[in-house]
Amino acid sequence: MSLTIEAPVAAAKIPHITPAVELPDVLPPVKPRGRVATLIRRYPTMVIGGVLLLLILICAVAAPYLWTVDPTALAPARRTRVPSAQYWFGTDALGRDIYSRVLYGSRISLEVGFAVAILASAIGMTIGLIAGFVRWLDGLIMRIMDGLMSIPPILLAIALMALTRGSVGNVILAITVAEIPRVSRLVRGVVLSLREQPYVEAAIACGTRTPLIIWRHILPNTLAPITVQATYICASAMITEAILSFIGAGTPPIIPSWGNIMAEGRALWQVKPHIVFFPAVFLSLTVLAVNLLGDGFRDALDPRMAKRV
Amino acid sequence: MLRYIARRFVATIPVMAIVALFVFSLLYLAPGDPAAIIAGDQASPADVDRIRAGLGLDRPFLVRFVEWLFNVLRGDLGTSIFTNLPVTTMIQQRLEPTISLMVLTLILSIGLAVPMGVLAAWKHGTWIDRVIMMLAVFGFSIPVFVVGYLLAYVFALDGLGIADHVTTWFGQAAGDTVAGMMLPVQGYTPLARGVGPWLSNLILPAITLGGVYIALIARITRATMLEVLSQDYIRTARAKGVGNSTILFLHALKNAAVPIVTVIGIGIALLIGGAVVTESVFAIPGLGRLVVDAILRRDYPIIQGVVLMFSFVYVLVNLGVDLVYSLVDPRIRY
Repeated sequence: MSLTIEAPVAAAKIPHITPAVELPDVLPPVKPRGRVATLIRRYPTMVIGGVLLLLILICAVAAPYLWTVDPTALAPARRTRVPSAQYWFGTDALGRDIYSRVLYGSRISLEVGFAVAILASAIGMTIGLIAGFVRWLDGLIMRIMDGLMSIPPILLAIALMALTRGSVGNVILAITVAEIPRVSRLVRGVVLSLREQPYVEAAIACGTRTPLIIWRHILPNTLAPITVQATYICASAMITEAILSFIGAGTPPIIPSWGNIMAEGRALWQVKPHIVFFPAVFLSLTVLAVNLLGDGFRDALDPRMAKRV
Repeated sequence: MLRYIARRFVATIPVMAIVALFVFSLLYLAPGDPAAIIAGDQASPADVDRIRAGLGLDRPFLVRFVEWLFNVLRGDLGTSIFTNLPVTTMIQQRLEPTISLMVLTLILSIGLAVPMGVLAAWKHGTWIDRVIMMLAVFGFSIPVFVVGYLLAYVFALDGLGIADHVTTWFGQAAGDTVAGMMLPVQGYTPLARGVGPWLSNLILPAITLGGVYIALIARITRATMLEVLSQDYIRTARAKGVGNSTILFLHALKNAAVPIVTVIGIGIALLIGGAVVTESVFAIPGLGRLVVDAILRRDYPIIQGVVLMFSFVYVLVNLGVDLVYSLVDPRIRY
């Protein structure tokens, strides 16, 4: 007795059935996209902003190696030269090389922008969490924040700078104070709405302690809006720093910051516009990069907001 | 109704009090001892103490704050250290340019930004929308003084040589006309000397100052319009055959007005901050210049007075905005 099974030969010979003709490809084959390509396609603004910011960051970090000279070296014999092969961006009223000054100046802008963004977010977040959780303090904290918010931020920073010596640290502190109220409000709003969420109520019902609820359930959900807000704060802090330096209430004049370079070029700008022009372009590009990055973060992290704005 | 208005007024009192407290602390903490300055180098410590007591500077913080607050409420903001004039007088002298600049900027910005936002929402997703939103991002990103110098370079100094180009293309007469149309670079002409000169001096600063504000209003207009346009009653209106412009401006914009007007009110803070810079760039003798000069001279009473005044104006404007639309919009309950 044989155990081999005969192949059903008959099946192939069923009449009236012909094997399908191989169809031509109607759609072109789908190319597998890399992660980078996907990122560019979905969030073009974020990528443009990120690349631009990265370039400026490289300028700031590698400033000494990018064919710069001492940004504070005076050379009265070579005052107010227009841009040339030797002085790419020209020289200022004291003969200092503007290219070097602008490159070193990016350090101040980035430093102030990042420091204010981090400080204001951290402090604002703490205040917002306290206001959202400690109900009896809420009214008091929010009235103080309302009061601070009703002083226009630049005026508030100017007033604080008038009290202190001009230094980069004081500029950072003054701008931070002016930005804190907005972050606190944002965080408080998020906390108050999260507290009503069923999963937070469930956590409370399970007997989770408040610190753990904050750490595990509230904080992670505030991170997205805070990141977006922090990016915008970074951009506005850079502008505020430049404005403060420009009107003489910011970074000490000895330090080459973009606002200072512009302030020094102010008297001459009608005859030698290049002194003001180059730091202005760099400042605008940097702020633009950060804002684009922020828009990208917003689109990526908060789809509901992205649809609206 | 009256009770609502009264309640809103009362609600701003704590905010105003905090502002006042902050501004007073500014003077209190300001470096430099006025008594020592008045006494001079030769004075003994006992003399300085006597002068300090005479000025009332030795009394506790709260006592001095309350006294200062009563002075402010009576319209006395103290005396400038530098000019010895009352701060209120100095503010009054500088009021007109700043008010002119702000009002012109407001008219210009709202007139431009709201139609831009409506257009972007109407053409949602098209290149028109993208271009307008891109402009808004630029508006947010390019600092006030950069815009100011750029505009002045092109339209006042003719840095791009527009007049020369026009001459080569259209002849000498046309070129001279364009050269004659170039705006003044700096300065301010009071409104009393005619609308023309006033406007020619203010138009560039107003566009400069309006940049961020236009971006802000255009964005919020687009966002709220998009929301409103997706509602059922808009579809009903379309189905009835109502024209596009009627839908946009009568049906939709009216219902989108509350957030837009709110942002216009909140954005006044940007205008105030920007005015400080714009007035410096265009050498307009307004309150912004006053405060910048005061900083350079460390003239604290002036800084204090201007900050206080701007903040109060800001709070009152926003209160006014709130009240107006709660009166106009029947959907807001009070």
